[in-house]
Amino acid sequence: MLNIIKMAARNLRRYLRRTLLTSALITLGVVSVLLFISVSGSFKGMMVGQITDSMLGHLQIHRKGYLSSIDNLPLNMNLSGKQLGKITEILDRNEAIEAYSMRIKFGAMFSNYNETTNIRLNAIDPEQELKTVPLLGDRILDGEKEGLLNPGEILVPELIAKGMKVTIGDSIVLVATNKDGSVNGQPFTVRGILESISGPGGRDGYIRLADARTLLRMEEQEISEIAIRLTGLDQLVPVFKQLETTLSGFKNKMDKPVFEVHTWEKISPFFNIARMIDLMTFFIKIMLVAIVLVSIMNVMIMAVYERINEIGTIAAIGTSPSKILALFLTEGFLLGLLGTSIGVSISLASIAIMNITQISFDFGRQTGLILTPTIAAGDVIAVSLIVIGIAVLGSLQPAWKASHMDPIDALRHV
Amino acid sequence: MSLVVATNLTKTYVSGDIEVKAIRGVDFTIKPASFVSFVGPSGSGKSTLLNMIGCLDPPTSGSLVVTGQDVTHISSKDSAKFRGDHIGFIFQDFNLIPVLTVFENIEYPLQMVQNWPAEQRRQRVEELLTAVGMEGQGNKLPSQISGGQKQRVAVARALSSKAKLILADEPTANLDRVTAFKIIDLMKKMRDEFSTSFVFSTHDPKVVENAEIVYTLEDGQFTN
Repeated sequence: MLNIIKMAARNLRRYLRRTLLTSALITLGVVSVLLFISVSGSFKGMMVGQITDSMLGHLQIHRKGYLSSIDNLPLNMNLSGKQLGKITEILDRNEAIEAYSMRIKFGAMFSNYNETTNIRLNAIDPEQELKTVPLLGDRILDGEKEGLLNPGEILVPELIAKGMKVTIGDSIVLVATNKDGSVNGQPFTVRGILESISGPGGRDGYIRLADARTLLRMEEQEISEIAIRLTGLDQLVPVFKQLETTLSGFKNKMDKPVFEVHTWEKISPFFNIARMIDLMTFFIKIMLVAIVLVSIMNVMIMAVYERINEIGTIAAIGTSPSKILALFLTEGFLLGLLGTSIGVSISLASIAIMNITQISFDFGRQTGLILTPTIAAGDVIAVSLIVIGIAVLGSLQPAWKASHMDPIDALRHV
Repeated sequence: MSLVVATNLTKTYVSGDIEVKAIRGVDFTIKPASFVSFVGPSGSGKSTLLNMIGCLDPPTSGSLVVTGQDVTHISSKDSAKFRGDHIGFIFQDFNLIPVLTVFENIEYPLQMVQNWPAEQRRQRVEELLTAVGMEGQGNKLPSQISGGQKQRVAVARALSSKAKLILADEPTANLDRVTAFKIIDLMKKMRDEFSTSFVFSTHDPKVVENAEIVYTLEDGQFTN
């Protein structure tokens, strides 16, 4: 085998220009794919991180049917105190759950004493919320970030703050209707201005849970949703399945499930963008396969055609067809290996350079995002194996032809 | 015991609707350590005969026994192994493998066909390099040596696997007169040294003069 590899390597060196051109083509393909995977993966990871760590959490639990009515922020579909007791017991037992935060979501009128507008509000326990969505504090554009909220304070979304011309320390009034139809108002002090981000809840204001209960005159400890943070994103599916199974055991009098659990993917429209990125990656991989297949086949067909006489010679002196087949397959393998090795080296170097130079970009209303491309070893290995495998596959037909050549015809070839 | 025994050997090619009888029932034997030449004009069938003896082309009819084995109906897979074990080839255009050195070209049948151990291969190749007068040139590539030297290497390669029968198709056709005589002398010397039979196809008078047994072919039949 060593001798076959040696001969194959020398044959590639013999046609150096062609070998370099083909390898360059494979290299270009590998670099394109790996850079695309790393940059798009970085973008995707950044956006997923933004969404889960500053707003949604990894999982959310609601009362059954709440999510389909979420546009109305219905207060009559909140989880009761008794139900919350059952859920927290389950969540506390699960070691893959790092933290969870209870929220009351409701709509209110926001008045600066001159003008009034609608506002969507999240009522939270600041301590639990920061544990569950640790980047929420970073969204505060203006104002004190430490502790997030004190009693009687409100974090106002950027667009409302601009539209209503309110600044830090201003007094505003929130007027809300509770689930019984009773209207109540309460003054708040603007604690901070909150950056808007795309997705559900990205333009919500924040107040404390206790303040919301007073405003809504809630007598019971009701909650609209529970946002959950996991120890790692890799736990998403297993924990989701565990919770789904456990919570589906709770049925109402009509034997229908009481709770519903959703992953961030179900809640955020960004998941569709993430899926599009994955789809584009898949098609770019297909293009890479096509490039490698066509270039290797072309080169190997030429290699066989140019060496017909040589194939006749080695066949005549007793080389078995399987060894001739192995020789040409090895040439294809080495071509793939060469192009892939260079491609992987260039890609890893480029990724390192991009991380050192800290390229920033804007996405929607978010500016100055730093691109931190990374690539998983699994992706590098998968792309390398695909390319090398396709290189061998592309050599198969020419190699088969060479190994089954009639020695007499081959020796007569000029 | 004869090295080659051919009985009523025929070869017919079909090209479209036309049947070409390249060999028309020939009988001959080749003894060990002999120096045999098939002579005749182009198209007389001498290369076809050589190809049949070399198991590169099966006979249409008749019987052919080479080194004691009936190869008349040998399969193409078995024929490759048979050639590797029993027959050496020398070609008109030398046909050395351009990416291998002189040493590696001679070593090729031992390594790629017969799987000899490395040390035995080295000894055999060095013995042959000396025998063909190419000692010290083992590291050169075929592109770095002359036509005569290439044919010396080809002779060494054909002898490397200790084949008892070497088939040479027009071995001097691409050599000048002086070199051609040197190659013929070399082959005779190798025949004497290794008791190997050399069988040529040629229309070169230089080779014919030196052959010990000459079969003259015309239209696929022996005339002598």
